[in-house]
Amino acid sequence: MIEPLNDDVSPRHDAAAAETGVPPAVGVPGPEASKDVARSLLSDAWYEMRRRPLFWISSLLIVVVLVMAAFPQLFTSQDPLYCQLILSRRPPSAEHLFGTDIQGCDVYARTIYGARASVLVGVITTLCVATIGVLIGVVSGYYGGWVDTLLSRAGEIFFAIPMLLGGIVILYSLPSPRDPNFDRTLLYFIVVGKVILALTLLGWPSLARIMRSSVLTVKPQEYVQAARALGASPARVITSHIIPNALAPVVVVATINLGQYIALEATLSFLGIGLQPPAISWGIAISEASGLGYVISAPHMLLFPSLFLSLTVLAFIMLGEVVRDALDPKLR
Amino acid sequence: MRSIRSCGEPMTMTKETLNGSATWQPVDGRLLDVRDLYVEFRTRDGVAKAINGASFTLDEGETLAILGESGSGKSVTAQAIMGILDTPPAFITGGEVRYCGTDLLKLPEPERRRVRGAEISMIFQDALSALNPVFPVGWQIAEMFRVHRGLNKSDSRAKAISLMERVKIPGAAQRVDAYPHQFSGGMRQRIMIAMAIALDPAVLIADEPTTALDVTVQAQIMQLLAELQAERKMGLILITHDLGVVADVADRINVMYAGRIVEQADVYELYRLPAHPYTKGLLDSIPRLDQKGQELSAIKGLPPNLTRIPPGCPFNPRCRYVRDVCRTGSPPPLREVVAGRLAACHFSEEVLSDE
Repeated sequence: MIEPLNDDVSPRHDAAAAETGVPPAVGVPGPEASKDVARSLLSDAWYEMRRRPLFWISSLLIVVVLVMAAFPQLFTSQDPLYCQLILSRRPPSAEHLFGTDIQGCDVYARTIYGARASVLVGVITTLCVATIGVLIGVVSGYYGGWVDTLLSRAGEIFFAIPMLLGGIVILYSLPSPRDPNFDRTLLYFIVVGKVILALTLLGWPSLARIMRSSVLTVKPQEYVQAARALGASPARVITSHIIPNALAPVVVVATINLGQYIALEATLSFLGIGLQPPAISWGIAISEASGLGYVISAPHMLLFPSLFLSLTVLAFIMLGEVVRDALDPKLR
Repeated sequence: MRSIRSCGEPMTMTKETLNGSATWQPVDGRLLDVRDLYVEFRTRDGVAKAINGASFTLDEGETLAILGESGSGKSVTAQAIMGILDTPPAFITGGEVRYCGTDLLKLPEPERRRVRGAEISMIFQDALSALNPVFPVGWQIAEMFRVHRGLNKSDSRAKAISLMERVKIPGAAQRVDAYPHQFSGGMRQRIMIAMAIALDPAVLIADEPTTALDVTVQAQIMQLLAELQAERKMGLILITHDLGVVADVADRINVMYAGRIVEQADVYELYRLPAHPYTKGLLDSIPRLDQKGQELSAIKGLPPNLTRIPPGCPFNPRCRYVRDVCRTGSPPPLREVVAGRLAACHFSEEVLSDE
């Protein structure tokens, strides 16, 4: 500025209006937006998401899979455990839509019933891993110092263990009850719980790392400092400034990992340490179907469980992407 | 607004009064009294002495400008007053920041937090980065009322809209749900101002509020700040390197160099006749239309590295008036040169008489 502003150039009140005289083309909420309540981040994300077809497609798929996991009998009246060896490896027919497997069981019924294990493992593991990862990431990123060092080193120890090897070791060191009279349902949940525990123990460091680095980029931002200057407590700084701004990468990676966890459950089942027959899961079905020669002689045995597995994983990844976009107002 | 100005909102909540925290009442109209403040940054490369004994006061309704180059300690002073310096690396090694007679540096953190925003508030240079990108602006303004005043969502939202109108954002009711990046720079700074004055603070610190804005918008923002200040009798600390902005609104000026206040004067006096060679250099470096074509005079050299401030007067390597006495001993103290004018130079009289 050259010299003090004199009266000729001092601002007039209407200058403020001139600055943004034209109403902005973007960002003015449509008439359907609620006018009474200030919308929070989540309600705003919801408003954004429900206009995306991808959100509805992925949600529909996920809802179907969830219902399938909760109430499989809604989809099939067949008993997945009723098998006739005489019908072994029949191709799809009117009676058996997806054909039959080696034991002569209905593949359709087994695929429907198999959703439960995969969904339980995938969803619960992801929730546990994300919760632990975000908490640890925020603490080590925000507080730094020796807390950060301690948590980061602890994470690296788990990070160094290969997922599969670690899973085998953890599952072997936690034996299941061997009593044949032990309650079937309880045993099922114990085994699922063990798989979840193993995957959570091995999975949290990757999300904690992402969260930590994300927090480190958000923390020095001026709005965090501004919030402190306007009297925000550390708890408020973390909950309303750090976490909402740092969460997006974690959401994306967590949903991608969800598919990985479902696949890992299948792998562990295949290796004989995850779920065991007569329990039913997509992993068990795939491992049975990939036996020597079956892929060519009875491809339907492999095709249908794999298709369901892929669609489920895809649905979660798509949802993750929609959520990420909705949580980031800059992408709108 | 209140008819009689007190330091911020008198605490009506009996709980806090019972806890012994005083209601904030200015002593003889004096809001802020910074005495002999020292701040240093302990880094791997050594100790950077950012503030070396800064003292100044702020009265009700007064606008105090802190003027200086980058790295002179202006922003650190503001952060020290607010108590938002990160320790480590920053350490306040001495001095007092008295607000209504109470030394803020001695208050426990929860009580200081109650002062921030409600009593002493601050606006930042770049309002885009100072606003949280993931929340609508109305939500962020309303948060001040929800958190500090315990208002419910709809009341705080209504207050946010009226504040946005107060800072002259056109169509406030429609734009309350828009995000920071959907506003222009000037509008964002208005939103930042709205947040800062939401709780009706007694002191507002503006850290280069117009640096990121173009000149016409600068003038609007300064006008707005001046209006708000007059209306609420706020004490305003204006931190800037822009001599034009200062001349327009400030009552008094503190010129800062290497973490020290080198000159303190009434704004007209200072512009008319500077008493410190540094101030003189600054004023001479303003481009003027009547000197078109001539070489622009600039202060030679660079501001000192704060880890290695030269002995004697810190300005001595760049000073036109430098003598041997400037190069040794302790820096010249701030002394009264003419009535009401302070300068930290051995030869202020000479600078004053020099045209």
